[in-house]
Amino acid sequence: MELAGAAIHDEPATQERHPKLPCCGIRHETASLHEERPLIKRLQLWLGAVFFLFASDPARAKSIWDFQEPVTPVARDSMAASVDFLHIIMGIYVVVFAIFAYSIFKHRKSSGAQPGTFTGPGSRRQWVLTILPFLLLIYIDYIMMGIPAFHAIAKMEDTRTAAEMTIKVTASQWKWQYEYPEENIRFVSSIATSQDQIHGRAAKGEHYLQEVDHPLVLPTGKKVRILLTSTDVIHSWWVPSFGVKRDAVPGYLREAWVKIEKPGTYRGQCAQLCGDGHAFMPIVVEAVEEPQFREWVAQKKAAGTAVAAAAEKVWSREELMAKGGEIYNRICIACHQAGGEGVPGAFPALAGSKIVNGPFLDKEGRLIKDGHLDRVMNGKPGTAMQAFKNTFSDVEVAAIVTYERNSFGNHLGDMVQPSQVKALR
Amino acid sequence: MTEAIAAVKRDRPPAGIMRWLTTTNHKDLGILYMSFGFIMFFIGGAFIMAVRAELLFPGLQLLAPAMYNQLFTLHALIMVFGAIMPFATGLNNYLIPLMIGAPDMALPRVNNWGFWILPFAAVLLLTPFFLQFFGVGSGATGAGWVMHNTSLDLQSGAGMDFAIFTIHLLGISSLSGAINVVVTVLNMRAPGMTLMKMPLFVWAWLITAFMLILAMPVFSAAATMLLTDRHFGTHFFDAANGGDPILLQHLIWFFGHPEVYIVLLPAWGLIPQILAAFSRKPVYGYRAQVYALWAICFLSFLVWAHHMLTSGLPLAAEVYFMYATMAISIPTSVLVFCWLGTIWRGAMTFETPMLFALGFVAHFGMGALTGLILPDVAVNAQYHNSYVIVSHFHYTFFGGGIFGMMAAAYYWLPKFTGHMFDEKLGRLHFWLTTIFFNMTFIPQWFAGLDGMPRHTADYALRFAAMNFISSVGAFLLGLSQLLLVYIVVKCVRSGPKATGQVWEDAQGLEFTLPSPPPYHTFETPPVVK
Repeated sequence: MELAGAAIHDEPATQERHPKLPCCGIRHETASLHEERPLIKRLQLWLGAVFFLFASDPARAKSIWDFQEPVTPVARDSMAASVDFLHIIMGIYVVVFAIFAYSIFKHRKSSGAQPGTFTGPGSRRQWVLTILPFLLLIYIDYIMMGIPAFHAIAKMEDTRTAAEMTIKVTASQWKWQYEYPEENIRFVSSIATSQDQIHGRAAKGEHYLQEVDHPLVLPTGKKVRILLTSTDVIHSWWVPSFGVKRDAVPGYLREAWVKIEKPGTYRGQCAQLCGDGHAFMPIVVEAVEEPQFREWVAQKKAAGTAVAAAAEKVWSREELMAKGGEIYNRICIACHQAGGEGVPGAFPALAGSKIVNGPFLDKEGRLIKDGHLDRVMNGKPGTAMQAFKNTFSDVEVAAIVTYERNSFGNHLGDMVQPSQVKALR
Repeated sequence: MTEAIAAVKRDRPPAGIMRWLTTTNHKDLGILYMSFGFIMFFIGGAFIMAVRAELLFPGLQLLAPAMYNQLFTLHALIMVFGAIMPFATGLNNYLIPLMIGAPDMALPRVNNWGFWILPFAAVLLLTPFFLQFFGVGSGATGAGWVMHNTSLDLQSGAGMDFAIFTIHLLGISSLSGAINVVVTVLNMRAPGMTLMKMPLFVWAWLITAFMLILAMPVFSAAATMLLTDRHFGTHFFDAANGGDPILLQHLIWFFGHPEVYIVLLPAWGLIPQILAAFSRKPVYGYRAQVYALWAICFLSFLVWAHHMLTSGLPLAAEVYFMYATMAISIPTSVLVFCWLGTIWRGAMTFETPMLFALGFVAHFGMGALTGLILPDVAVNAQYHNSYVIVSHFHYTFFGGGIFGMMAAAYYWLPKFTGHMFDEKLGRLHFWLTTIFFNMTFIPQWFAGLDGMPRHTADYALRFAAMNFISSVGAFLLGLSQLLLVYIVVKCVRSGPKATGQVWEDAQGLEFTLPSPPPYHTFETPPVVK
């Protein structure tokens, strides 16, 4: 393991821990204070050395007391507050338990101590000594911590002032849908780590469990308002580098904001227990400069037009099978498993399934209720099977249905055209 | 003459198993409660060992995520409702009548009923878990112990319904126990035992009982609403039909936050008594502690939403819950100050109960201080639902609750059994527990700061080292608890005879009785000066 030498690596980390804090006055002061506190720095080094075993990746050059690198004003504020407050409580702990330790070593029966009989403060001096810690505590609570905390909350909750663009995040078990309402772009982002890696049949990649097929792309230097909601249970959108963790609640819109200061790839994941796939619901955000972002938007729009055009075209069965297989292995496999065998008691099998092997359109070309196509498009309420027409394109729905009808020992030989799906929406 | 013989007959319990099934004696029920808590402590512990084994390395090795979710959910439910609360109830059953000079609890039959609900509740909770191995159903609930998230989802299966009925049973048991405490303490004190002379443990339990009476019905009600939502077509929490999923969080946490103090208060009551006994000094700041306990009881009902600060509350509510939560630090620090005052300038010796009491103070201090920064909404956005929280609440529940119960167990064990326990092994148990407890939960704090969410069966590679250390710590912590079994069994069966006084400077009416105390005590109330 790469544990050795972590203690040494902690040293440069502590020195560049508070590089440049943002325009917030209070934070500036605390930041410069940190640089002038050799004692605290030494304490940190010492604690760092004690916990050197815990530093899993010295190359990250970050103290273990820090969050992941903050790149938004809110993340910087909250990390500075966290580090400050941790110092304060460590200070309180050390002082209080130094007194305990003194008493434990000094007032022992074995060293001949005579027990006192007092049951409360006796003299005026003792009363003052008794009251003082509480006044100090109230000062620490409501002034030292309370005031910066209030400013940080006010800033965090101010999602609307000068917001330059809006995106909408819709969570469902166990993926994220990102929508740019102004650009008319919408896509689904789900985990890209293979089942082989998760089950130890392949080596784990660098970004194991923190990689997705379609990352969210955001411009740097712009205040982006994020609207959150969910289609099933409560999820929580958490990117540590942004200092944003906000629940996505079904039936409600929640808000957060980011203003990313530095281009890069930022990773997070769902933070609210949301069922079996909770650990496999990563978030990846690519932050790029404005021109690149414009370029990406243009590309995405063109691709959207291509998808619409693709729905018009007549697809061959081989094309649909190939595309369907790719989608199945990315999305459906998590529940229905690689061989379509499902998980008994939890997720139904597709191999030999009555629904998959049954008809899906009636004579007039309408959807048969609870038929195969209906199930894929409209889902089954109350289960993990959701309405995929909301997240899949016409081609994707057609491909997956065709694939499932002709795989895992199902040999129906029929197929669905994207144009049919389009008409049935 | 015949009357006298009948009286003597009544005085003796029936032999064998019938004694334990039919007993209404507070000491017998206390032993039953404590034994139940003790057994559940090991079942809940075994569940979390499996969880930590899965987390030893990244990747899914042992458990499917659905099984993983069930295990940590059951771990929490069992530890809170099956281990700590019944053990604390056992202590109150055994000790409150002795401490206030009463012959028994006021409602002995209710007492018997309250206990015998518990094993059935445990069976009900665990039945779906074991049935799944025989291909029946989809297992126990995996929605977390506060079950406010995926519980509406019918996927969560019948296990959730079993958990709901378990909560109803636990509610009845806790309420009957709590009412019994209130009635006993307010009506059955010996002459001269005024309220302000009661031992702090009795005070703490009286307050806990009031908290149970106020909070437990809310939990039962929320569970019932959940049940009707799931099966009878109501839509309290179902957003698709105009319900409010956040309402469920409010209801559960309105119970859940007082619950934290329900677990802690009994320990807060007994710690100063133990510190005083081994410092050979009276308790410092008795009145201040009583008022502080009441203040905490009151405040604990006003801060529930600090458990849901990322759920998108309005700004004003966030600010209120932040400042209100900080206020709890003031009565809590009164307690810490009084503990310090109690040992200050004493003549301390460090027997096992004293070690656990001091360990309680040191660990609970860490849990309390980290709790001071959690309510800051902006910082909470990073801490919430991460391993920071897991670490924090284990410092309060294990470092506080369990260490407190261990201190109590060692302190009164000679009183219960009539034998002294093996002091050397007791101290060894303390040191092993302390070292491995910290080895388990300190790395979790740093994994959380680094961004590791909780409730996940698998994790990214950056958290690997911390999880490895934490898992190894957890296994060793689990193993070292087996030592406790050995110590307790050995102490029950044999050991040097304990005197009535047990400890050199132990105070209280229970230490005026022989060890173990006779089956019936204080039939004629003692007079307290």
